[in-house]
Amino acid sequence: MSGLAAGIRLAHYDQKVCILERHYTIGGLNGFYRLGGRNYDVGLHAVTNYTPPGTKKGPLARLLRQLRFRWEDFELSPQVGSAVAFPGVRLRFNNNIDLLRSEIAAAFPSQRDNFEKLLGQLTDYDDLTQENFGGSARKFLAETISEPLLIEMLLCPLMWYGNAREDDMDFGQFCIMFRSIFLEGFARPYKGVRLILKHLVRRFRSLGGELKLRSGVASIRVDGDRAVGVTLDNGEHIEAKRILSSAGIIETQRLCEDVTEVTPQRAGQLTFIESISVLDKQPKEVGFGETIVFFNDSQKFDWRRPTSDLCDVRTGVICSPNNYLYPKEVGNLEDGIVRLTTIADFDRWQALDEAEYAKQKMWWYDRSVASAVRFIPDFRRHVIDTDVFTPKTIRRFTSHDNGAVYGAPDKQLDGTTHLKNLFLCGTDQGFVGIIGAIVSGISIANMHCLRDN
Amino acid sequence: MEKAEIRGEILDILSDIAPDEDLSNLKDDVSFREQMELDSMDFLDIVMELRKRHRVQIPEDEYGNLASMDSTVNYLEPKMRDL
Repeated sequence: MSGLAAGIRLAHYDQKVCILERHYTIGGLNGFYRLGGRNYDVGLHAVTNYTPPGTKKGPLARLLRQLRFRWEDFELSPQVGSAVAFPGVRLRFNNNIDLLRSEIAAAFPSQRDNFEKLLGQLTDYDDLTQENFGGSARKFLAETISEPLLIEMLLCPLMWYGNAREDDMDFGQFCIMFRSIFLEGFARPYKGVRLILKHLVRRFRSLGGELKLRSGVASIRVDGDRAVGVTLDNGEHIEAKRILSSAGIIETQRLCEDVTEVTPQRAGQLTFIESISVLDKQPKEVGFGETIVFFNDSQKFDWRRPTSDLCDVRTGVICSPNNYLYPKEVGNLEDGIVRLTTIADFDRWQALDEAEYAKQKMWWYDRSVASAVRFIPDFRRHVIDTDVFTPKTIRRFTSHDNGAVYGAPDKQLDGTTHLKNLFLCGTDQGFVGIIGAIVSGISIANMHCLRDN
Repeated sequence: MEKAEIRGEILDILSDIAPDEDLSNLKDDVSFREQMELDSMDFLDIVMELRKRHRVQIPEDEYGNLASMDSTVNYLEPKMRDL
């Protein structure tokens, strides 16, 4: 998605752009697929950074202006409402910060003013630099919030929706995620991520951009300190003046023919299994009317790769794409859907043989759902179909190391690499999610490919 | 191009870049940033659109001349005189 966004910017300003996609369809980590006659989004639980039409500030407004789209084009329907659920405490939130404010005031009266203070201390998007981006989010929170449980509950959704780092979060990433989830909010197009991708592809092609599917890049050809082009999997050579890669920091390094070993920057460690349960009813009819529920079954939120098993079911994200305020004319989604995401260990999943892999998918589906229904109504007897994808699936379809959905923990905010004309966009540049990916592509294209031609 | 025409071109570009803004009461002697929600990416687009539509090149260290309608038109007049 970041590549498409960058491509639109460059093609709009009359540059000759070719996008190369290894897979047979577009979208990468934000893609979609079809199975058993149904369409599924790969990653979309929600489009975050939602702001209503007429809003002039924020990433959504900016990307719409930059790509020359109208707010209506993405057909975003806002969420019904979400929650963070820990034992004994549930904090509801929606696209208006006032709800979370009042929930905190009710559950943690001593923290009401502290929370206000925290809001005032968040650094704005444009004020984040590589210099102030780092630093501990936990430490920052502890300076203002004196109730540890509230800290854990605030971090839970923010880490789930965009932390590539284990245990703690970069201060900059914390600010970005806090804004996108709590201050802005969630929305979803009725038709899912396909709609957004369709708009991006159409626009790109209409501007003269070339999109080649089933065209994986095997290597980036180098001359001195510059990239000169790429060689595709099929042996074809394409020359280029500049190259943008959304493959990831390490994955991109590995493609460069002048790199013999990738730098010690560790690849991302956080990956997931995700199950999609199709119900015979709308989820709200079985009592689950919330959009997204982030749960954790103890007072302490552990955001870490599992060390002793294939998955860790103590925490998870439950999402129903049905529970958005779709326009009356379109009504409900055809099927009742419950998505459940669980932290997983890539190496253990990767090591399973075919038979064991199939068995473990079913076993962990059962265990993760059993964990989840402690926090939402039990929907199990309404399930008519399921699909589970694992870190292995993610790796196979996106080529990201370890199936790391949020990429490497150390981001390259300025998008530069060891080569003068090779740049990074997407997850490892710094922004995640749909809005993040698009903003990333736009920013890097603006910064490095448009300024002096 | 005459100054009035240049002004029209800038308004055209601004309405493309920021379609939600009401440009009918734009004050020429007040900076754009004070009257509209424009960020640095939008300013880059003004420069890029001028290049795309009129082949006008503006070096990065001269972007500051595009602060208001007056300063923009005055800056561009010699560059766009023969267009």
